[in-house]
Amino acid sequence: MSDEITPELFAHLVELAALELTPEEGEYLRGQLNGQLKAIHELERIPVPDDVPPAAHGVALPPEIRPALRADETRPCVAAEKILKQAPEAEEGYFVVPEIPHTEL
Amino acid sequence: MADLCDLPAHELVAKLKKKEISAVEVLESTFRRIDAVEGRAPSTALYTPQPGDETKVHAYISLQRERALERARAIDALIARGEDPGPLAGVPLSVKDIFCVEGTPSTAGSKMLEKFVAPYTATPVVRLEKAGAITLGKANLDEYAYGSSNESSAFQPAPRNPWDLTRVPGGSSGGSAVSVAAGEAVVSIGTDTAGSVRQPAAFCGVVGVKPTYGRVSRYGLIAFGSSLDCPGPITRDVRDAALMLNAMCGPDINDSTAANVPVPDFIANLNEGVKGLRVGLSPDYARIRYPDPKTGELRDVDLPDDIVAPVRRAAELLARAGAEIVEDVPMPNTSLAIPAYFVVSRVEAASNLHRFDGVKYGHRTSAPVENLREMYRKSRGEAFGLQPKLRILMGMYVSGAQYAKQYYQRALRVRTLIRRDFEAAFDKKGKYRCDVLATPTTPTTAFEIGAVYGDSVLMQYADLLTVPANHAGTPGISIPCGLDTNDLPLGLQILANDWDEATMLRVAAAYEQLTADEPWRRVRPTVLEH
Repeated sequence: MSDEITPELFAHLVELAALELTPEEGEYLRGQLNGQLKAIHELERIPVPDDVPPAAHGVALPPEIRPALRADETRPCVAAEKILKQAPEAEEGYFVVPEIPHTEL
Repeated sequence: MADLCDLPAHELVAKLKKKEISAVEVLESTFRRIDAVEGRAPSTALYTPQPGDETKVHAYISLQRERALERARAIDALIARGEDPGPLAGVPLSVKDIFCVEGTPSTAGSKMLEKFVAPYTATPVVRLEKAGAITLGKANLDEYAYGSSNESSAFQPAPRNPWDLTRVPGGSSGGSAVSVAAGEAVVSIGTDTAGSVRQPAAFCGVVGVKPTYGRVSRYGLIAFGSSLDCPGPITRDVRDAALMLNAMCGPDINDSTAANVPVPDFIANLNEGVKGLRVGLSPDYARIRYPDPKTGELRDVDLPDDIVAPVRRAAELLARAGAEIVEDVPMPNTSLAIPAYFVVSRVEAASNLHRFDGVKYGHRTSAPVENLREMYRKSRGEAFGLQPKLRILMGMYVSGAQYAKQYYQRALRVRTLIRRDFEAAFDKKGKYRCDVLATPTTPTTAFEIGAVYGDSVLMQYADLLTVPANHAGTPGISIPCGLDTNDLPLGLQILANDWDEATMLRVAAAYEQLTADEPWRRVRPTVLEH
């Protein structure tokens, strides 16, 4: 059986995922993905009737048991300085990043 | 006589309140144990085994001794002034390093967050500390909680099982379970996405609880599978787990899924026994679809007697104490829980990992880059281990526009079917009317280090018996129920209906009392026998 995730498809996924892999990593990961997909195909073993809805999570969380949303008002961030201190590069309250590639519209 | 660090929390708190001991003494006893069994601090450097690594347990990524000592002194001062120090006063707590604790490195076991210092504290940890617990360190885990053996942590040496140092402690909350089993903490808080609290608890001979989804706030938790993640306690006995849940549960303005459901006093009815309760047994938790360890092909196998017999025996004991046993409760979609999890958890993990981009926090490459996109790729390539990379790639694939219907949508619908299995078992007007289900926690006891790691399919199946409750959102607990022929701990899992942790804890406590005098309860982890 040919691999579901071919080297070409894998390269596309790596690009989408914003990853950079060594050739050894890529080889291992592609093999594992194809192995996992074999297990995933078990999902096709049983019929799933059309009226079975998807479950976003298991427990029903109806509005009456969800905490009320707070008013949409700005609140000062108590830890702004501590948060900015975690940034690899920050300046005057801004995160600093390398050149953002421009796309012609 | 046992050291203070080996006592359950409720005994320590009682002694503390009677002023027989001090919080500082409890903490010092715990530190002495850490000095004796922990071993060298782990690092993200390329791992080279050193002599002695194999004789230690390596539960922690970081220790906060000074912070803990200050808090212990404050607790002692409260008691001296005659004030109430709280229901968990002075109890040494280890925190899985997936929770933010202000001022501590909060790494998720990843190189990505090696230098991240949390700017605030996760809600459940805030609540435990408010109840008097003392955070003394951050426990090791599988990287981003992606694993069932704790071997995938970027911080090596990884934790070892205190019952047999050649074996894994389970995962992903491996360090948490090890710390409680080895007396390096009295209680711990972990997270359970597919069994990450219950499975290591079973492997290490301690108690682990996954509460109902929405019972405990996830605020301050580094997210993995947002529809599945549940913070939960790891303790020495059921009473301690109830004490921790009393402190942790309840709504939180910072987590819209932390439900506004009344939290009962889990201690109040703990010892009411099991008279009249209906305990279900399911054949679908005894005969399972499992990958052949050699060929990888899925096949139907009966779980070994070692694993299944203690569950039957537990049911018999509970029946003698007045419970009704309900045989042959069908849970037909159990075998689809791992395949569905392979899809749902990967999509959520991939989504959650996009935030790690080298901009706001976490690792940024020091290599020269042309532009932002290259910075993302290099930073993520350098700092994520194999497990995060694997999960991102799978998540991207099964949720991609042309594949989502076949994979992601189908998995979410299969999740509905898994949920319906539980609804039918617990339906008060249904055929089975179970209050709880009793099952094994794991298909095997602790496996050897290196035996499964690298085979991501076989590793995932370690969660086969725990993950259905994560899909369903329902609560579960693993409690020790004996030792196998290799003297390794076995776990009994009790599963209950939504929001009914109280009944689940009651059954677990009853089992604990019924077996209190059994000889296996006196066997200690080998690491404590030296």
